[in-house]
Amino acid sequence: MTAVAAGQEAEDRVAVASNWRLVWWRFRRHHLAMASAGLLILLYLVVLFPSFFSTQDPERTDARQAFIPVQSIHLLADGALSPWVPAIVGKRNPTTLRMEWTTDPKKRVPIRFFGAGPEWKLFGLVRTKLHLVVPADPTQRIFLLGSDRLGRDQWSRIMHGTQTSMTVGLVAVALSVILGVVLGGISGYVGGKTDQVIQRIIELLQSVPTIPIWLALSAALPRDWTPIQVFFAITVILSLVGWTTLGREVRGRFLALREEDFVLAARLAGCSRMRIILRHMVPTFVSHIIATSSLAIPVMIINETSLSFLGLGIRPPAISWGVLLQEAQNIQTLALAPWLLIPGLVVIVSVLAFNLVGDGLRDAADPYSH
Amino acid sequence: MTDSLLEVRGLQKFFPITRGFFQSVVGHVRAVDGVDFTLKEGETLGLVGESGCGKTTASRCILRAIDPTGGQILYRMRSGKVVDLATLPQGELLPLRAEIQMIFQDPFGSLNPRMTLLDNVGEPLLVNGMKNRRERADRVAELLRLVGLRPEFMHRFPHAFSGGQRQRIGIARALATNPRLVVADEPVSALDVSIQAQVLNLLLELQQRLKLTFLFVAHDLSVVRHISDRIAVMYVGQLVELAPTAEIFRQPQHPYTAALMRAVPIADPRVRKDDGILGGEVPSPAAPPSGCYFHPRCRHATARCRAEAPELREVAPGHFSRCHFAGEMTF
Amino acid sequence: MTEPLLSVRDLRVSFQMDEGLVRAVDGTSFDIMPGQVLGVVGESGCGKSVTMRAILQLVEKPGRITDGTICFRRRNGADTVDLARLPPRGAEMRDIRGAEIALIPQEPMAAFSPVHTVGDQIAEAILLHGHRWKEGGRKLRRAEARDITVGLFRDVGISMPEQRIDAYSWQLSGGLRQRAMIAMALSCKPRLLIADEPTTAIDVTTQAQVLALLRDLQARYDTAIIFITHDLGVIAQMASYVVVMYLGRVMEEGPVDEIFHAPKHPYTKALLRSIPSLYGETRVALPVIAGALPHPFNRPPGCPFHPRCPDAMARCSAAVPSLQPVAANQLASCFLHHDVAEPA
Repeated sequence: MTAVAAGQEAEDRVAVASNWRLVWWRFRRHHLAMASAGLLILLYLVVLFPSFFSTQDPERTDARQAFIPVQSIHLLADGALSPWVPAIVGKRNPTTLRMEWTTDPKKRVPIRFFGAGPEWKLFGLVRTKLHLVVPADPTQRIFLLGSDRLGRDQWSRIMHGTQTSMTVGLVAVALSVILGVVLGGISGYVGGKTDQVIQRIIELLQSVPTIPIWLALSAALPRDWTPIQVFFAITVILSLVGWTTLGREVRGRFLALREEDFVLAARLAGCSRMRIILRHMVPTFVSHIIATSSLAIPVMIINETSLSFLGLGIRPPAISWGVLLQEAQNIQTLALAPWLLIPGLVVIVSVLAFNLVGDGLRDAADPYSH
Repeated sequence: MTDSLLEVRGLQKFFPITRGFFQSVVGHVRAVDGVDFTLKEGETLGLVGESGCGKTTASRCILRAIDPTGGQILYRMRSGKVVDLATLPQGELLPLRAEIQMIFQDPFGSLNPRMTLLDNVGEPLLVNGMKNRRERADRVAELLRLVGLRPEFMHRFPHAFSGGQRQRIGIARALATNPRLVVADEPVSALDVSIQAQVLNLLLELQQRLKLTFLFVAHDLSVVRHISDRIAVMYVGQLVELAPTAEIFRQPQHPYTAALMRAVPIADPRVRKDDGILGGEVPSPAAPPSGCYFHPRCRHATARCRAEAPELREVAPGHFSRCHFAGEMTF
Repeated sequence: MTEPLLSVRDLRVSFQMDEGLVRAVDGTSFDIMPGQVLGVVGESGCGKSVTMRAILQLVEKPGRITDGTICFRRRNGADTVDLARLPPRGAEMRDIRGAEIALIPQEPMAAFSPVHTVGDQIAEAILLHGHRWKEGGRKLRRAEARDITVGLFRDVGISMPEQRIDAYSWQLSGGLRQRAMIAMALSCKPRLLIADEPTTAIDVTTQAQVLALLRDLQARYDTAIIFITHDLGVIAQMASYVVVMYLGRVMEEGPVDEIFHAPKHPYTKALLRSIPSLYGETRVALPVIAGALPHPFNRPPGCPFHPRCPDAMARCSAAVPSLQPVAANQLASCFLHHDVAEPA
């Protein structure tokens, strides 16, 4: 009897569940997508507070500390909780006369979590010195992911690069969504000549090879623009090319929805055009748009990374994943400092996370499919 | 127009056939080409025919879900004013939307899955001026009771209901604004056999209680026969026969109607028959045959049928047929 | 007494869904004799289509045959083979599927590939099982297969078969497509034809043509047919023996005349009463079956029909009645007629 009652209660809960709740219930079952969503939340925290996650100023150079290898964090010292990283010992190579660094686990550099480090401003307003990880002795430097040829800390640079690259992805997709929904919606709902014109524009944009068009557009950017201006120009360029797929999708949804019985029912009830679009049509595909956009973000990230890697996107001193990967362009450096490929790993992991979340959302987006 | 609620005269709906990059019109599909009938207040007219015969298109023209190409659709409003629905501008349709409503075939596609029953059923009330949510909830509760559902269900979403229950919800929505004419497009054909009878009974009961007029569009002759006072048969966009139900079944005056009746499989193994099966295929309404559209499949066809298109004429009181030989032979 | 061609015993198929276990087929048993037309009738969710998919080993994930036997007598052997135990993708199953048991699906549009002509697709099937058409197992040539296809098209009443076999499925009308599908099903001279709602998607005059064709072919080739439909009229016109299913169980079975004129099970009786006929009184309330079909996750305990049954007794909710003889050739699962319950 209790089992029946419990079943009834579960049924009642489903009966009053809105679309979003059903989507959430279905999404929750994709464990991989859930884990990826957690990772993405972490990445966006980094986007919000890159300095908090950094151990030092990403621009601080020191020629004497070039190509320092990865110093990994150890939590326990002699059985007690006391985090440390192994110290660096340098030896000059007698043939190349270059300094070569190795870690020495016998010598420990104690570190602190949530300690004070270089000062930074929260959202550019509040001054704070709080960092996630800092060396216990503020005069020392630690390199959690090694350093590059100018002795800059790669960990801190990746944190700041994450901010740029992830923001470019998000902003570019947001612009694409606006363009895609508006133009695709007009195309699908108005139809006729307008539809024809918009479709031909989409075809034209899609038939232009993307890499040359980016190259041309970014080459046209004035050399004297500030990194911020370049950053926005790049996002606009990416979204101008990227909205077409979404525009097509929205148009398709509108065309299909126009034929749905419940849309006709709304029309027969006497609803105005605007009310039909906003109250009956748009809500039915919002979840699809979100799913599609979350699959578009990684494409934008890759595009930005490729452009910057080629030296045509965001340029130093601004930091992005692509800019960081520029450091790994020649084979000699790679042989000497393989950790410089870590930004590539970050790109792969985040793109994968976006794709998994997007897939999970797409599967969950239509809870009425069966 | 005498005392009838609705009078359809020479209704036409052509869809253009376009070709090529510039979408030039190369011809027309005559989806509806010659439909004439009247509908008295409180009666049920069954509109039958096979897929593609134009019965759905004709009913959508009456609802003004699509704009007819030609003909008149005269409707007597509650106020007594007669309007021509075929030519009424879009802006003046709102008062008619409250009077003419529709019941859909597909109980799954016709309700907005993202709205609760309250919002689904209340939508016509809201757009027709009932802005107070409390008032709307009371009316929705009343409507749900009317169609045999519990009013507590109004906060649930359509996905919680079975096909038969959803069809009841669709009926409740159609009745929300106290319509006088209800167009029911295949309202039971998507339902399970054991649910069909429930919905048919509900429609009959509601009709008596609320004095509704039904235009009942369906392909299933036994269902149409059960619910209709009169039956109109369509073939390739034309009305070919129209008569009171008992009359048309006793003596069909068009060979197509007769063939349609013979084709219905009877639920009795003792009545098995193989004779009189209609051969051939339904012609395309884009390129209908010459003369009588039915002549290529008609076993009584003569040279006259091939050359001369018959008119719909009254062969007995209230019995109309579009056949040259109606009244002269038994089909 | 002839041996049955196919014998289904206590078949159970369940689907493990996220929301719970759906027992789509829950202990179904029936036989089909060689050359018999068996009608399986039931509403949505009664398990009629899943049963047929189980016979062909085409149950899709997350569905699984959990219990029961499907004994099929093969063409060349006196012994029967249990299809439920055969690996679905194994050589023997592939040989049986299509060649000995063929399926006519509900939607012929989906069953043909749109990029090959219908004639090519049928000829392909003939070449695959070519030994059925030639003595001594000699390989058929493509031209011969084409000739056979033209012959099949003529058999199923397609006019101008030489031209029509070069058409694509989307160029054919619904009726012609269903005829082509029947030709495809017959291409390997099957001994059992499973027709899954073959006329549901087509119009009534075309349906009459297709039904007449199936009856004619059945008489000519003596093929056994399992005819699945929800339409009692079609069943009455086609079947010689009828199985009535509800929620995965057989409610009643017997010769068609007994089922329609002397039904024993309350479900069969109610179903027959609730359909409007071409002769009855019009515009009066029809006798209805109360309630709705239960959701597949919420199967009622005991007899699956008892919550809607006008004659339900206390026992009906406690135990599941088994399928037992209740008249000369008739079986029913109902405690009104016997008191044998399924073992708990």
